[in-house]
Amino acid sequence: MLKTLFADQVALGVAQAALATAVALVVMLAARARAIHLERDIVVALVRGVAQILAVGSVLMLLLRGPRWTGVFILIGMTIAAATTSARRARGVPGAFRVSLSAIGLGAGSVIALMAWAGAVDTAITALVPIGSMIIANAMNTNSLALNRFRSEVESHVGLIETALALGASAKETVSPYVHASCQASLIPAIDSLRSLGIVWIPGLMTGMLLSGSSPVYAAIYQFVMIAFIFSASGITSLAGTLLIRTYAFSPAEQLTLRPEPSVDG
Amino acid sequence: MSAIERGDAPVLETEHLSRVVAGVRLVDDVSVQVRQGEVLAVVGPSGSGKSSFLRLLNRLDEPTGGMVALGGRDYRMIPPRELRRRVGMVTQTAFLFPGTISDNLRFGPRQRGYRLDEETVASLLDRVGLAGRAGHDVRHLSGGEAQRVSVARALANEPAVLLLDEPTSALDDTAKQGVEALIRKIVGDHELTCVIVTHDRPQAGRLADRVMVLGAGRLERIGSTDEVLHAQDPLR
Repeated sequence: MLKTLFADQVALGVAQAALATAVALVVMLAARARAIHLERDIVVALVRGVAQILAVGSVLMLLLRGPRWTGVFILIGMTIAAATTSARRARGVPGAFRVSLSAIGLGAGSVIALMAWAGAVDTAITALVPIGSMIIANAMNTNSLALNRFRSEVESHVGLIETALALGASAKETVSPYVHASCQASLIPAIDSLRSLGIVWIPGLMTGMLLSGSSPVYAAIYQFVMIAFIFSASGITSLAGTLLIRTYAFSPAEQLTLRPEPSVDG
Repeated sequence: MSAIERGDAPVLETEHLSRVVAGVRLVDDVSVQVRQGEVLAVVGPSGSGKSSFLRLLNRLDEPTGGMVALGGRDYRMIPPRELRRRVGMVTQTAFLFPGTISDNLRFGPRQRGYRLDEETVASLLDRVGLAGRAGHDVRHLSGGEAQRVSVARALANEPAVLLLDEPTSALDDTAKQGVEALIRKIVGDHELTCVIVTHDRPQAGRLADRVMVLGAGRLERIGSTDEVLHAQDPLR
């Protein structure tokens, strides 16, 4: 219906954005009616979301005229932003930013580089940046889940960990079960995405390809390729993040530093 | 024979030991010596720094001032894992690892690549009054039994010093008496050097050779059990 009202693409986009915002505001009002106050969060998120995506669109428009290598710098910037966001989620975890940056950089970076080398993604900015950002965003989510779970596991097993330390165990061994649990838990969304592909959801990339007239079979195969690469990036991020965070949870003298609060007992 | 007469050189010694966290002086300038075979009780009100002091002795926490010496050697010169093997610890709650009692007893020696044989496991369990229970799952133990396993597990590392952090405070009276008797037996049989934190002054009287009183992290008084516990104390 909107298409019949707006001939210009930008005007159509603004109208669609207004409709989407209106639906989100209706949801906010529905929540408010049930005394669930999300007003501030939703309004801030909507304003931030539209501002950020417009800024990215504008920057992309400028960069499209630049050389291909500028895409790499955009992805590096996105990786730093992802590490900052992830580290915020893991507040209280020592070295969270460094761990996040290393893990996301390694996971997403290695997979994007492999995809570019193998020709699985075009190195033109218009392809590399959106696809790279999908991989970085998923790596970020995995990393946040891994660090968050690791912190909860360690904080709820301080007694057992310190007992093992007091018996002469290495710091690495004392948290080993929690590293495994965090890694497994953080990969659940990535595994479920892969498992339910096409049955529960048809991802945006495939939808976009279908809308732009690609062969449905190729679009499906390419979507699988993407989800599998996303899983690989998430897996590397999770493995790297949980291994790295292990070292930050202890002091050089193998004292547990990741604790709910300093010991001020007895 | 008093503990002071038993050995001359201190096994464990602190000099101006302090720990400050976020501006709070948890342990403040504590100097004390513990000799071979001596049982030193650390008493004081809640928040006086008793457990914080104990945690510094096996370097579970890092001192922010002063030093600890084990056998005359600054403990920072000893690798932390080796230090903790030599300074065993039993906590208020017995944190047992999932599995059997023998799995728990073997945990410490396994860290050094050494497998405790069946005979040694049986002997340790006999010492703590749990003979024949090596294969029992720790989930089925009572609080008192779990604490006995915790003591046996610490002893399996053959420590030079045993730290006990309120080892009976989570137990009922019967279990408490049993664990106290066990501590007396272990100390008596092996002349083990012990530092026991307790809020229970009569217990300190029953178990210790000397008592030190902590208040707001500072050493307020130290002396023989009689001197400290039976002296007129305006704070009591």
